[in-house]
Amino acid sequence: MSALLSVHGVDVRISGRKILDGVSFEIGPGELTGLIGSNGAGKTTLFRVVLGLQALSAGSVRIDGRPRSRRGAAVGYVPQKFLLDPDLPMRARDLVDLGLDGHRLGIAWPSRKRRARVEEMLDAVDALRFAEARVGSLSGGEQQRVLIAHALVGQPRLLLLDEPLANLDISRGEEVVSLLARIAREQSIAVLISAHEINPLLPVMDRVIYMADGRAASGRTDEVVRADVLSRLYGHHVDVLNVHGRVLVVAGAGSESDLAGHEAVLPGPGHEHGAALEVGLDGVLGAAGEQPPRPEGKAPR
Amino acid sequence: MSLDQSRAPAALIFASGFFGNEAVHVALGVGAAVAIVAGVVGVFTVIRGQSFAGEAFGDIGTAGGSGAFLLGIGPLLGFVIGNVIGAGAMELIGVQRPRGRDLATGIVLGAAIGLGALFLYLTVISQSTSGAAQTILFGSVFEISSSTVPLVILIGAACLAIVATIYRPLLLSSVSAEIAAARGVPVRAIGALYLLALALTVALAAITIGTILSTALLVGPAAAALRLTKSTPRAMLYAAGIGVAALWIGVVLAYDSDHWPPGGRLWPVSFFVVAIVFCAYVLSGLPVAIRERRERRAPAQEPARLGAEG
Repeated sequence: MSALLSVHGVDVRISGRKILDGVSFEIGPGELTGLIGSNGAGKTTLFRVVLGLQALSAGSVRIDGRPRSRRGAAVGYVPQKFLLDPDLPMRARDLVDLGLDGHRLGIAWPSRKRRARVEEMLDAVDALRFAEARVGSLSGGEQQRVLIAHALVGQPRLLLLDEPLANLDISRGEEVVSLLARIAREQSIAVLISAHEINPLLPVMDRVIYMADGRAASGRTDEVVRADVLSRLYGHHVDVLNVHGRVLVVAGAGSESDLAGHEAVLPGPGHEHGAALEVGLDGVLGAAGEQPPRPEGKAPR
Repeated sequence: MSLDQSRAPAALIFASGFFGNEAVHVALGVGAAVAIVAGVVGVFTVIRGQSFAGEAFGDIGTAGGSGAFLLGIGPLLGFVIGNVIGAGAMELIGVQRPRGRDLATGIVLGAAIGLGALFLYLTVISQSTSGAAQTILFGSVFEISSSTVPLVILIGAACLAIVATIYRPLLLSSVSAEIAAARGVPVRAIGALYLLALALTVALAAITIGTILSTALLVGPAAAALRLTKSTPRAMLYAAGIGVAALWIGVVLAYDSDHWPPGGRLWPVSFFVVAIVFCAYVLSGLPVAIRERRERRAPAQEPARLGAEG
């Protein structure tokens, strides 16, 4: 597998503050990767780096083997949920059409080929039903589908989604996540999704990038979501608990000296360490192939 | 008015001499050209929420126009020079923050109004008449000299060319500057080019209906058009149509007003134009209101927010 997105040793400093600190990871085609972290962890900056909107202090970013300045239309982007202006004179279909070549100068003339491509994309995100509606009049979830189609219609190799699950209810969130996983597989593109919370992504995620304080730990989910790896990332002892197939990362009671001791016995991301953790992760991995976990008391609409 | 004229229905609408009058020809021609440009550019003004910048160019035009009057050059040239300088100043001051744009507009607007006050005062004391101020502020479409027409066409064509050239990236950055930037659109440069088109359009509107009312022609027809259609090109077409209709009906009514009280004087065209644009905006809300009322009576199967054909 050759990496579609390869980020290597990236540092970003903004007015003297280190926002990203030695971030490295790779993601490949057909993979869905979750970018998990709380507010201020550096997720948005990392997206800006990949999109070429943020200068690097150190390191390199390559997209599909090329430097990001020559990425062309290789990256699709769905920004953090925002509502389009209700007065915007545009049907959902028109916004998807604009995704084909909206960055080019001039006017696009309608053609059968364009129309067919837009139709295909609307179908792929299950948005044909409201394709003729004014896009600003759609619900948040519907607008998001249209924006995903807008981002995908130009056939990018890499799709970035900034917090697509924020403000969606649980069942809508599940729909979007499984839709994205399907798109990643079928179109063999790399999908990178940022989120506060890891659980909604667990059933479909191939890899995870966990961020805290500008640093990142990445790898397969079972390699990263472990007490030892996350404790090192946070610089503070945390426990990873498994509850009915969901993961809880909680600040542990351990002190700084505990952490030092903990680190001393760990030779890095291995598979044979921490029996208790593996029990937890078995549960997690077991959930991956089954029904997505659904928190109790929140039935789908 | 002679008897045989008042017998023909057309004579009730078009007062005698309307079709033979050269000033009327120029007014109709310039009015149509300006309304078309204002319709096309105005749709983006409304989508982008830049009505305030449009209004500012009207006030900057007051300074430019009265300055031109003092120098003895044509008012259109004054509006154009003033507005282009204004656009440059806004762009220079405008910082890349969401609220920076309004801030820059406000600062330039304030400075321009001060300058306009001084220039208007100077024109009044040097000419001992308020004619210049009336012309600049409220326009006089019947006084446009036919020698101005080529310049109007040229500037109008430049505005349309700018919008056609940057159409797609402008639309994309109006939907979301964030998505556009991620696609590699130079959002700031596109915005600056649009600001230039906006500045030129307001200059054109100012010679027809005056600097104070120029925004009405820019924003009014576009706002009405956006309520009537959900397609951007069609909104431009409708806005241009509403603008042309308003100007032409305004010219006809103003020409007729010679016979209205107090008599012997033409009412200002600008008044009619703005009144018609206002009516068009109010009427454009009717289809939506009627549709909503019908939907409330008989709830449709489809959710109401999916909207109807436009």
